Amino acid sequence: MSVHATTQSFKANATRAMADGQLTGNLKAVRQNFIDKRAKAVQYLPEFEALREIGKEIKNHTLAHLDLYIEAYAAKVEESGGHVHFAVDAAEARAIALEICQKAGAKTVTKGKSMITEEVGLNAHFSANGITPIETDLGEYIIQLRGEAPSHIIAPAVHLNKGQIEADFRRVHTHLDPARNLDEKTALLTEARGVLRERFLAADVGITGANFLVAETGTSIIVTNEGNGDLTQILPKVHIVMASIEKLVPTLEDVSQILRLLARSATGQEMSVYTTLSTGPKRASDADGPEDYHVILLDNGRSSMLGGEFQDMLRCIRCAACMNHCPVYHQIGGHAYGWIYPGPMGSVLTPSLIGVDEAGHLPNASTFCGRCESVCPMKIPLPNMMRHWREREFERNLNPALARYGLGFWAFFAKNPRLYGLATRAAMKGLALLSRGRGRFSSLPGLGAWTKGRDFAAPEGETFQAAWKKRASQNGGRA
Amino acid sequence: METPMIEMRTKKPRIGLFATCLVDAMRPSIGFAAAKLLEDAGCIVEVPLQTCCGQPGFNSGDRQTAKDLALQMITAFEPYDYIVVPSGSCGGMIKKHYPELFAGDPNLAPRAHAVSAKTYELVSFLTDILGVTAVSAQHEGSVTYHDSCAGLRELGIKDQPRKLLASVEGLSLTEMENPDVCCGFGGTFAVKYGEISDKIVTEKAATIEKSAAHTLLAGDLGCLLNMAGKLSRQGSPIKVRHVAEILAGMADGPAIGEAAPRVEDQKATGASS
Repeated sequence: MSVHATTQSFKANATRAMADGQLTGNLKAVRQNFIDKRAKAVQYLPEFEALREIGKEIKNHTLAHLDLYIEAYAAKVEESGGHVHFAVDAAEARAIALEICQKAGAKTVTKGKSMITEEVGLNAHFSANGITPIETDLGEYIIQLRGEAPSHIIAPAVHLNKGQIEADFRRVHTHLDPARNLDEKTALLTEARGVLRERFLAADVGITGANFLVAETGTSIIVTNEGNGDLTQILPKVHIVMASIEKLVPTLEDVSQILRLLARSATGQEMSVYTTLSTGPKRASDADGPEDYHVILLDNGRSSMLGGEFQDMLRCIRCAACMNHCPVYHQIGGHAYGWIYPGPMGSVLTPSLIGVDEAGHLPNASTFCGRCESVCPMKIPLPNMMRHWREREFERNLNPALARYGLGFWAFFAKNPRLYGLATRAAMKGLALLSRGRGRFSSLPGLGAWTKGRDFAAPEGETFQAAWKKRASQNGGRA
Repeated sequence: METPMIEMRTKKPRIGLFATCLVDAMRPSIGFAAAKLLEDAGCIVEVPLQTCCGQPGFNSGDRQTAKDLALQMITAFEPYDYIVVPSGSCGGMIKKHYPELFAGDPNLAPRAHAVSAKTYELVSFLTDILGVTAVSAQHEGSVTYHDSCAGLRELGIKDQPRKLLASVEGLSLTEMENPDVCCGFGGTFAVKYGEISDKIVTEKAATIEKSAAHTLLAGDLGCLLNMAGKLSRQGSPIKVRHVAEILAGMADGPAIGEAAPRVEDQKATGASS
């Protein structure tokens, strides 16, 4: 495992989150900021549905030949003067990154926004080894000040409000005038820019993730809105790209297709503000750029997803549309999921990466409403794959004994229709009597989880099948 | 009904009505409303011995139980011209997931596909297959319609119920905000993650209240029980019914979770206490 997971205490995490009025208030931003914008962007692009199909096919093709594309990509990176390192797991990725930084004599490292470096726990490893990592994406910078993990994969600080951020800035930026006015959002932004500007100039190494790795050219691509990614990878002497193997795409043409889906699905933009392509270190004719260019290609469990029932998950381009549209995410936010990737994509990916024993709650904590799949630009069948995880858990007896017992009890009757008819008829009569004409129960033994916040309607009394038979016999055999 | 397409045929289609286990146990009125709508549209309705489509097992990861129950369903219902279900969720289970459950099985896959192909959710069957464009029902007042997730996203049911509701005399449809957002039911989710489910349905109830409609309708009893439970807990006067009850003109009995009429009235409505 890479970063400490609290997935096992998902329920307690969720309870805590839902009791936090400030958090639940802040989370409304997820719905306000993303859903309508995405819908509009999609509406303005008539070929959006066709593009989803194309995107899916590009990724399926790439995954089917991933070994070849990784080789081709690595050869191109080396050809352009860069270096490719293969990391089997998080520990290897951390060690390789640290070694590159130590060789460069690095004291501070700037970072572009990267979920992969979160996954491998890079910042903690650097700090423990005397290197200061500095997050330069505004959201990542804020949560770094707070010692938190991102709560959303494209808006890491979406769980916070302006007041909280202002308090953090005042707490940490003690070199600035305590009487300064930070009422406006732009004042916070300007302050962060000022602080980060010095960090960009001082950094010895810049680390970014990648949205795509292009096999045809050996290019890594990042998609950003703040420009921090460019300063991170161009100013320092060394640029490290850390990316997982499923970021491979065959050609630039393929990327251009998927890019049309990405920003629209993520933020509702047609394109993000910056789409930055990097191919190798600075050439003699280049005005800027790093002298050393390294790519750390991380597996960390992904190759074992190839060829199996979770392979489709590797099509994910991390747009976050699934969590933006998830009714469960809306209520509990990202931290409750207990690991790096929240929401529906996390509920499929996390068990693949850290084990279903650890993350068993996540694929169960879904209503299967299917809204995630309906907005996924890569058409990943998220509910189906959560169901596959439930099947794995069932096969291995990982689900709670009470649930198994209940399921077995129900299955026994359901498989014996006549017995089932008698049993339900008796039970519904009993329940209806018990309701004493009130039409509902405010509590029922065994249904506390339901009746704590909701009434439970009383049955009408007769079962449909029995009533239908009665009607048929009254009508002389015909219903 | 306005000239159902079925009249052009010589033979009345024989329907196997799958009431669903929830309707069978909790609210037979919906089964009778479904039967009336189908009979009015010129169908012969039969109710073969039935239990459950297997979805609770399927969604709990118990694939074997799901397959056993699916096979039981297939065997009971394959003789019919059509299988009609007053639920998008159970309808979706049969239509979308049965073929997947038996994929690769040389004997059962064709049977699963055949049953899948002739299985329909009630309202979409009336409109899309029978060509029903109007019903002869009356209901005074405003209703709001919740799009249950499986019906909406697995079966594409969105306009069909609204189209038929528009033909109900006296009825006006007042849309709630985001009618396509999940109510938080999710089958066993509602109990396994009761607290999250409750938070979701609390928000849903707020949008329902905000619509100012006096009746909430949907096509799935599971979602209806969830929303009715929340509304009544909050003391809301909004009545909750399955859309079929209104379309069939059979909305005289108590709404979901509503108290039964007093003893002397009970025989008339068929409700027990």
